[in-house]
Amino acid sequence: MTIKTLDTVVLEHPLFAALTPRQAQIVAGCASNVVFDEGEAIFKSGDKADTFYLLRHGQVAVDLHAGERGALTIDTLGQGDLLGWSWLIPPYRWQFDARALELVRAVAFDGACLRGKIEHDHDLGYQLYVRFSRVLLERLQTTRLRLVDVYGNN
Amino acid sequence: MATTEVHTEPHVHGALLPRPFTVERRVRETHDTWSLTLEPVHGGRIAPEPGQFTMLYLPGVGEVPISVSGGCAGGSLVHTIRAVGAVTQALCALQPGQVVGVRGPYGNAWPLPEGSDIVVVAGGIGLAPLRPAIERILENRTRYGDVTLVYGSRTPDDILFRRELERWRGRLDFKVGVTVDAAPAEWRGSVGLVTKPIPRLPFDPDATTALVCGPEIMIRFVAEALMERDLPAEQIAVSMERNMRCGVGLCGHCQLGPTLICRDGPVYTYAEAGPWMEVREL
Repeated sequence: MTIKTLDTVVLEHPLFAALTPRQAQIVAGCASNVVFDEGEAIFKSGDKADTFYLLRHGQVAVDLHAGERGALTIDTLGQGDLLGWSWLIPPYRWQFDARALELVRAVAFDGACLRGKIEHDHDLGYQLYVRFSRVLLERLQTTRLRLVDVYGNN
Repeated sequence: MATTEVHTEPHVHGALLPRPFTVERRVRETHDTWSLTLEPVHGGRIAPEPGQFTMLYLPGVGEVPISVSGGCAGGSLVHTIRAVGAVTQALCALQPGQVVGVRGPYGNAWPLPEGSDIVVVAGGIGLAPLRPAIERILENRTRYGDVTLVYGSRTPDDILFRRELERWRGRLDFKVGVTVDAAPAEWRGSVGLVTKPIPRLPFDPDATTALVCGPEIMIRFVAEALMERDLPAEQIAVSMERNMRCGVGLCGHCQLGPTLICRDGPVYTYAEAGPWMEVREL
C-alpha cells in the first residue's frame, strides 16, 4: 500500500489543481492531518473560524439549531468534500455546527495562517477566492433548488 | 396528421372504456401517499410494461393518469398515488372491496438495454414509475453491468417504498443512495440534493442508460449533472408528465412540442424532451 504524503493529498485535490509549485507549497505548509471520532464536534456555530477541512474519509453532518425544533441537519459532506469557508470571510465565525457522523479523517488547513499569507501574496489570494467561490456557488445553487422543493411535495 | 392515424387504429374505442377493478389492498406509504393493489372484477389482468400508465376513473369525481408502480411481472396491478387533488384524494381514500375504473395501460416503456450500466435517479413520487423497472433489472441482474439508484426526498418521512429500499440496499450487486433535503439530527443518512452523488457515481458513460423520474425541474438538473459526466442526452430516459386526459392521443391536452405524451411518451430521451422543457409557454 502506498502512503501518500500530505503534500500529495493536498495537490491532488481538484480545489488546488493547477496552483503554481510555490503556491502549492504555501498551502500544503498550512495543512495537517486530523481525526474525529463518531459524534465528535468539528466546530460549533459562533466559534472562531480559523480552519477549513478537506474530508478524506467518513461523513460529516452540518447542523443548524432551530430553537424548539431542535437540531436540523441541513447538509452532509463526505470524502473529497470541502468543509468550512467562514475562515475566509469576516467576521470569521462559524455559522453552523459540524459533527462527525462516523470516524472522520481529514486534512485541516490553518485558515488564519493562510489569511496572513494572502495579505502579502495577492496572486495566491485570487486563486483561493476563485476556487472557494466556485464551491460557494455550487452550494448556493443546490440550496436554492431545495428552497423550491424540487420533489414537488408542495 | 398524427390524429388521423390514431383514429384508424381499431383498439382506440375499446381503449376508451374503463374496466372495473376492485381494490384488494391499500397501503399507506407516507403521510400523503397510498398504494392501491387492484384486481379486475371480471378477470383478465392487464400486463403493463415498466414506465406505462393507466387512467383511473371514479364516477362523479373524475379521471387521472397514474403510473404503474407494480404488477408488470404478471401480478396484481399496483398504483402509488399522492393525494394532491380532488381525484387523487378520492382514490387514496378507497377501501378494499371498492371499485375503480381502469383504462390502459398506455404509453411506452423505460428502455432497459441489456449489457449496459443502469443509473436510476428518482425524486419524490418519481420512484413509483421506476419501481417496476428496478424490479425487472434485478430479476435479470446478470444481464446488466453496474446498477445504481439515487433517490431524493424532501424529508425522511417522505421516503417512498422504505421496505423495498432496505431490501435493495441489502443486495451486493445494487448500489442504493438515498438523500433528503433536511432531516432531524438523528438521521444517519445523506442530506443534500439528488444531484449531489452524481459526480461520483460508478458508470461508464459510453455504456450507460440513465432512467430519471421526478418533477420537471429535478429532471433538468439531474440531466445536466449526468451530461457533465459525459453521458449523452440520447442515453438519458426521462418520464414526462402533462395534463393527460384521453390517454390515446385524441384530445391533445398532453402535447409536448410535436408529440403527445400519452401516445409518444411518457418516456422520452432527454435529447427529445429537454429542448421542450426550456420553452416557458409549454
